[in-house]
Amino acid sequence: MSTTVLPATVLPAGLPAPAIEPLARPYWEGTRAGRLVIQKCRGCGRHQWGPEWICHRCHSFDLDWAEVAPRGRIWSWQRPHHPVHSALTGHTPYTIVLVELPHADNVRMVGNLICPPDAKVEIGAAVEAVFEPHDAADPPYTLVQWRLAG
Amino acid sequence: MSERTLRGKVAIAGVGETTYYRHGQSPDAEFKLALQAVLAACNDAGIDPRDVDGFASYGGDRSEAVRLAAALGIKELRFSNMFWGGGGGGVCGAVANAAAAVHSGMADCVIAFRSLAQGQFARYGRGAAVAAAAGDDAFLAPYGLMSPAQRFAMKITRFMTDNGIRHEALRAIAMTSYHHAQANPNAVMRGRPLSAEKYDASRWIIEPFHRLFDCCQENDGAGAVLVVPADRAKDLPHKPVYLLGAAQGGHHRSAAPVHNAPDYASAHFKTVARNMWEMAKLGPKDCNVVQAYENFTGGVLLSLVEHGFVDPRTANEELVLDRLLAPGGAMPMNTSGGNLAECYMHGLEMVNEAVRQLRGTAINQVPGANVVAVLGGPMVTPVSSLVVGTEATL
Ligand SMILES: [Zn+2]
Repeated sequence: MSTTVLPATVLPAGLPAPAIEPLARPYWEGTRAGRLVIQKCRGCGRHQWGPEWICHRCHSFDLDWAEVAPRGRIWSWQRPHHPVHSALTGHTPYTIVLVELPHADNVRMVGNLICPPDAKVEIGAAVEAVFEPHDAADPPYTLVQWRLAG
Repeated sequence: MSERTLRGKVAIAGVGETTYYRHGQSPDAEFKLALQAVLAACNDAGIDPRDVDGFASYGGDRSEAVRLAAALGIKELRFSNMFWGGGGGGVCGAVANAAAAVHSGMADCVIAFRSLAQGQFARYGRGAAVAAAAGDDAFLAPYGLMSPAQRFAMKITRFMTDNGIRHEALRAIAMTSYHHAQANPNAVMRGRPLSAEKYDASRWIIEPFHRLFDCCQENDGAGAVLVVPADRAKDLPHKPVYLLGAAQGGHHRSAAPVHNAPDYASAHFKTVARNMWEMAKLGPKDCNVVQAYENFTGGVLLSLVEHGFVDPRTANEELVLDRLLAPGGAMPMNTSGGNLAECYMHGLEMVNEAVRQLRGTAINQVPGANVVAVLGGPMVTPVSSLVVGTEATL
């Protein structure tokens, strides 16, 4: 599937990087390759997110990882104005969305919506993932951002 | 088998609180504030503090039970208990844990308390200054989602959008607390009334439903209640305030990682409220007063809905100032000023106010109040709530 990589980051530099922890390593390896990869249970075949040690449905510990289509719909949103981190001072407001993936057992993911600071946001709107590499970070990582699907 | 319940089994015999301060303004250390509140609750109950035999708290309170027991020369510690979870989710749970210890015979005289000096320690409203975000935060902090307000905002957006509830409903909640605080000498916001114009002109914290006055402040102080067996309370100076119902917890996977709770647009009270009313054998219509924890006004809305105080279909008409004010409103709420305007004591100040309402000694007294509900911190998990009443309700 085609993927888009952002030329610049949505939020300014200086925010905390994600710790690449063993439980979630396949997800972060996936985003580096421009793929959205989440947990899928070998026991019952269902997806879950965020990463967990056990399947909450069937209690299998045999959790696989599967690529899912990088698209979804906005389930909810917020637009922070108050800078909660020094890196954000002078860079608000920005938009955070909770995106539901109907084709992956309705798991939800959090990211930024790439849009003007005063754009109207509609619950239910279709969005697609945009991969945002942080190549200069140590270790490098890639975030998943969202934009309205064209 | 006899009925398993706390209804009428224990009573709150004493309440205590320190002077409340704006954050960082307390002249006293957090532990000293805790000691002051404990002593005040014992004094109010006419009980020698050395006879206290248990402590229950929540929110990761730093004033540990054993340290309090040592400092106060407690003869024998029989119960020490911490309710999991942050913020004020555990305020009613701590009182209920104290009650369960007393009713079971594990202890006789238990303090439930909260102490906070957010000047002495870290504040809540800012993200931690860390290089890498671990656990759930790895999927949130890099997107600028770090503060409690941000963790809850998308629940509120979804619920209010789905139900067509206007921001004015939240404004009424904020104005109610500020209104009641104006008569309360210990309220941090006394002398700082909140008009509709001032609210509307306040800056955005988070669009679309969090202006400055929708968000709690941060404060220094401490509060405590003393829980004893119902029989013993009858011999103490004040009219006993009986615990009628209490519950804590959360619905199915309310703490699912990365905002994946199936029933997400919730304060997490749906099962808790049902269990509390069932134990109390009462419902929202039986309450004369409600104390509803404000971390954010949107959380109060969700909390009131899930406890049955407000119908989401008519919330715009129900959440108006006239209906929420003591003494004459249809549903007097947060009568001492609440977290927003009395003090952000993680809701312990609301338990104290419930007791004063039932004793008939509140500053904004609701005449003849017999039943008061206290709804603890919403949207965190686990959450807790309780309902208390006078002897007439037993
Ligand atoms: Zn499974």
